[in-house]
Amino acid sequence: MATTKAPIGEKLAKITQQVQGSQAWNSIFRPGSIFRKGYSDSPRNRSYVIMNSVLYHLHPVKVKRHAVKVSYTLCLGGLSFFLFILLTVTGIFLMFFYRPTAAQAWDDIATLKSSVTFGLLVRNMHRWGAHLMVLSVFLHMARVFYHGAYKAPREFNWIIGVMLLQLTLLLSFTGYLLPWDQLALWAVTVGTNMMGYTPVFGSQVRFVLLGGKEIGTDTLLRWYVLHVLLLPFVIVIFMAIHFWRVRKDGGISGPL
Amino acid sequence: MTEVPEHLRKRAEEAKAKAAAKAAAAAGGDATETTPAAAPAASGGDAAGASKIPAHLLERSKSARDKAAGGGGTATALAEKPSGGVPVIAAGGPPPLVTGPGGHTQRLLTVVKSGSIQDVKATPQDKVHTWPHLLVVEFGAALLCTAFTLLFSVWVNAPFLELANFNQTPNPSKAPWYFLGLQEMLTMFHPMVAGVMVPGMGLFVLGAAPFIDKNPSNKPEDRKFAIAIMTVHLMFWATLVMIGSFFRGPGFNFVFPWNKGIFFDL
Repeated sequence: MATTKAPIGEKLAKITQQVQGSQAWNSIFRPGSIFRKGYSDSPRNRSYVIMNSVLYHLHPVKVKRHAVKVSYTLCLGGLSFFLFILLTVTGIFLMFFYRPTAAQAWDDIATLKSSVTFGLLVRNMHRWGAHLMVLSVFLHMARVFYHGAYKAPREFNWIIGVMLLQLTLLLSFTGYLLPWDQLALWAVTVGTNMMGYTPVFGSQVRFVLLGGKEIGTDTLLRWYVLHVLLLPFVIVIFMAIHFWRVRKDGGISGPL
Repeated sequence: MTEVPEHLRKRAEEAKAKAAAKAAAAAGGDATETTPAAAPAASGGDAAGASKIPAHLLERSKSARDKAAGGGGTATALAEKPSGGVPVIAAGGPPPLVTGPGGHTQRLLTVVKSGSIQDVKATPQDKVHTWPHLLVVEFGAALLCTAFTLLFSVWVNAPFLELANFNQTPNPSKAPWYFLGLQEMLTMFHPMVAGVMVPGMGLFVLGAAPFIDKNPSNKPEDRKFAIAIMTVHLMFWATLVMIGSFFRGPGFNFVFPWNKGIFFDL
């Protein structure tokens, strides 16, 4: 064991070189990736950061300078999307501890709060995040209106946005019933009674929504599936179109 | 051309202005002492301006002409080259009689500026790289948002009331806050109007906004009416939600929160 520090350092450097030169490594990281040769600041590398990332290439390589100002967008659209991701993550956590039946739902939440590590915190985050998302989507819509960003060529994207607002409200509302406490039951009773007054199809609409004549365990299952599967599925499709159209319609609007 | 960075464009403009100032200064100085390049450039400046041929091209053709006429030195070799090539071409067909004016084998017919044949945006757009400029802002916003949600969740617990009970209606029963504007309207209108027609029409008009508002400008001073209408509606809605949330007590009767307390759960 007569090895000194220097050979170890050299060995490490050699291993690093071998790994970075290997076919496996180069098959994972695309040409220009910072994991191939490290990052040095140059216009070329700045472009590669965006182009080589599956996450970031939602963005163009370059954006208009005013689009970067926080005072122009207030980050509201991005925050809405971020909150959606936050809600997905916390929601998946909650699904591990929840059964959507009238007999078990309330007990599951009570257990989650008292006995599950971080259960209370994650439930709180899911709840407050949901309210925050409704607020940020609403404010995003107001911001877009006040900047006239719904005008040609962005008319269609505005309509997609209005649909996203409705889907957000529906997601929030379907989640409202799931704790199966007094607040959930009666808030949903008020809401669905209102929908029952839809002209012509009122009682049918209400029957489909409730999965019966009255709110019960069938309603809970129905709204659970809507909340965790159907509505997220639909909203993700609409979000994809929304983001794609932002790029296709020439990026962010303005400047004023 | 559309994506010339602002700082490069500025630098180019400064360099151009500097060169122009230098040329002007040289022309204005002692005429006999001026460098051979500066004098033709200054004198040819007016001609170039009139014929729209860049000054340096005029200067080049003029000097080439002079060289061809005067002969001698390297210029002779260049000028003689075309005439030396004549026999080779002659085999293919009738030989070009002479080279063009001033001994040229090729002539500059015109200089077409890119703007006249291409759709080039007149003003370059000011753009910045998404990394790091935008991503840093987005990361900061996401971080703040997470921190806020996390801290708020640590300190404030989400409401969780007793088990749902069909036989015990809470008084008042309220919808989620974003529907409280609708519930508030229920006190004034038939449920079909308040719960279905008004929100339905509202959403329809909202979606149709780009087709109703034909004004192409996005400047606030040009669209006072649209802004006023939207602000009135948003405030109207916000007021209804506020009243529904904080000013409605048992029996959904109007109360002041500072007298009777707040009957509201998020």
